[in-house]
Amino acid sequence: MMNGDEKHQLTEDEKKLFEDLMPEDLNDILDTGVNRRHFLKLMTLAGGGMLAAQSAVAEQVFTRPHSIPLDTAPLAAIENGVDVSFRVNGAARKLTVDSRMTLLDTLRERLALTGSKKGCDHGQCGACTVIVDGQRVLSCLTLAASCEGRSVKTIEGVAQGNDLHPIQAAFLKHDGFQCGFCTPGQICSAVALMDEAKRGDASYVTENVRRKAGPVQLSNEEIRERMSGNICRCGAYPNIVAAIQEVHSGEPVEQTWHFAD
Amino acid sequence: MRPFKYTSATDISSAVKGLAGKPNAKFLAGGTNLLDLMKEDVERPDELIDINRLPLTNIKTITIGTNQGGLSIGGLGKNTDAANHPLVRQQYPLLTQAILAGASGQIRNMATNGGNLLQRTRCPYFYEVSMPCNKREPGTGCSALQGVNRLHAIFGWSEKCVAVYPSDMSIALAALDAVVTVRNASGQERAIPFADFHRLPGDTPEKETSLNPGELITAIELPKNNFANHSYYLKVRDRASYAFALISVAAALELNGNKISKARIAMGGVAHKPWRVLKAEQLLVGKEATEANFRLAATAGMADARPLEHNKFKVELGNRSIVLALQQALNGSKS
Repeated sequence: MMNGDEKHQLTEDEKKLFEDLMPEDLNDILDTGVNRRHFLKLMTLAGGGMLAAQSAVAEQVFTRPHSIPLDTAPLAAIENGVDVSFRVNGAARKLTVDSRMTLLDTLRERLALTGSKKGCDHGQCGACTVIVDGQRVLSCLTLAASCEGRSVKTIEGVAQGNDLHPIQAAFLKHDGFQCGFCTPGQICSAVALMDEAKRGDASYVTENVRRKAGPVQLSNEEIRERMSGNICRCGAYPNIVAAIQEVHSGEPVEQTWHFAD
Repeated sequence: MRPFKYTSATDISSAVKGLAGKPNAKFLAGGTNLLDLMKEDVERPDELIDINRLPLTNIKTITIGTNQGGLSIGGLGKNTDAANHPLVRQQYPLLTQAILAGASGQIRNMATNGGNLLQRTRCPYFYEVSMPCNKREPGTGCSALQGVNRLHAIFGWSEKCVAVYPSDMSIALAALDAVVTVRNASGQERAIPFADFHRLPGDTPEKETSLNPGELITAIELPKNNFANHSYYLKVRDRASYAFALISVAAALELNGNKISKARIAMGGVAHKPWRVLKAEQLLVGKEATEANFRLAATAGMADARPLEHNKFKVELGNRSIVLALQQALNGSKS
């Protein structure tokens, strides 16, 4: 489905990344765009740890929306079409969706933003968590049709350009994942959680909900309760809590893991 | 999911008129339960009227009528906003705790107050469309009655249905004697006392509330009370968070010294509707707030329990949960 007329135009940062890591491939990349061979090669380098410093740039390269003609899906396949305009990671999007289409499927299948994951598709796992108008929600239980005029932020929009969001950086430092499937949802959830704590929102484990004194300092128990809507089947929970606590408290939290001697 | 027509209502009048005379159309609010059931093919609406943009999100003190001095909570406000509203936290901490005991942060950001009341049972046989279920398909039988019924009712069930009602929020609303205000297509409003809002299964488990077809929940009214210092919502479940209740207890006490002048106890996870434990309440009024009296009340409250094959544990669990919730309520929450 690649549109032949619209090759990826690499940014200067991206060009530098490829020049550093795969100098012999650079001309090829500039002529034809990043292809699967380059991707695999880069991933091999990443496995050797060479990519850590540039991971933000690399992530942007590989998660950038493809230039497939997404907004012109064959209308015959759409039943009960609804026209919807909304913003996704700051960009205005306008498309006609089947009334049954969830926000999750729209992001993944129509807008090529595959960072948000489909885990259970029934609101039980949190892998599809995105931030709509500042609130974390489940995109698998949100109809795209109901998003008219709303502003959606996905994992692809969490970083500021090449700068990771502090939560993303903390997940890397604390190894807050193993397979990574739940991670986009975990991170979106944690990003929104920071704002909820600043607002002074209560949780079920808050000792006295009648007391409301502005921003709340979250204990690890509070973080676990507030993150309970994001399931991690690898069981990276202690590392996820450590990552969130470090960003929330502003104090370094000791890593729960260490390199073997 | 089956195809359906989607429209979005911009005002209350057009929303209720839009639903009038359409038995297969439904309102779409938070969608957290409805869309899931549509994916499961349990719910099969042919039209959804999105009501999320209706101006029914306010929380305000009631200035006239029988509930004057109480609080009105908009039917389409989000659960998160209701739980964290300063007036709710200060005057009705029981409701805050109950809402926050339910679901997850993400779901509470989506779910509405009116929609929460209309949650349908999580009985696995109701969800599994290949199994008989009188609630889903009247007349086909109840699979849970002789099936795996660990999660099911111990009070008020019938041979037709042994499912339990899942909402936490509603258990607190039952204890607080809330009133549900609804509007129909002719623009008429009526108020439904919370005890009458949900129904026991009887012979028609498919009919879960006393809402008439096409009625819209506009607000939930909370009468003024003196329970804020001594209330507690206890939820017991299979995992520490993000799970439905095996048993929950909403307990509220009004004390005069150490003597109980008013008591409210409602239970979740035990019946087809929020279960007010009136015998226990009556037994406590006029008594000292002591653990011994809490035990007597709990024993009286659980005396009529009729457990099924796999949920006999709920009788003892309910007994202990009532005592613990009353103790926590007694310990209180200072403002």
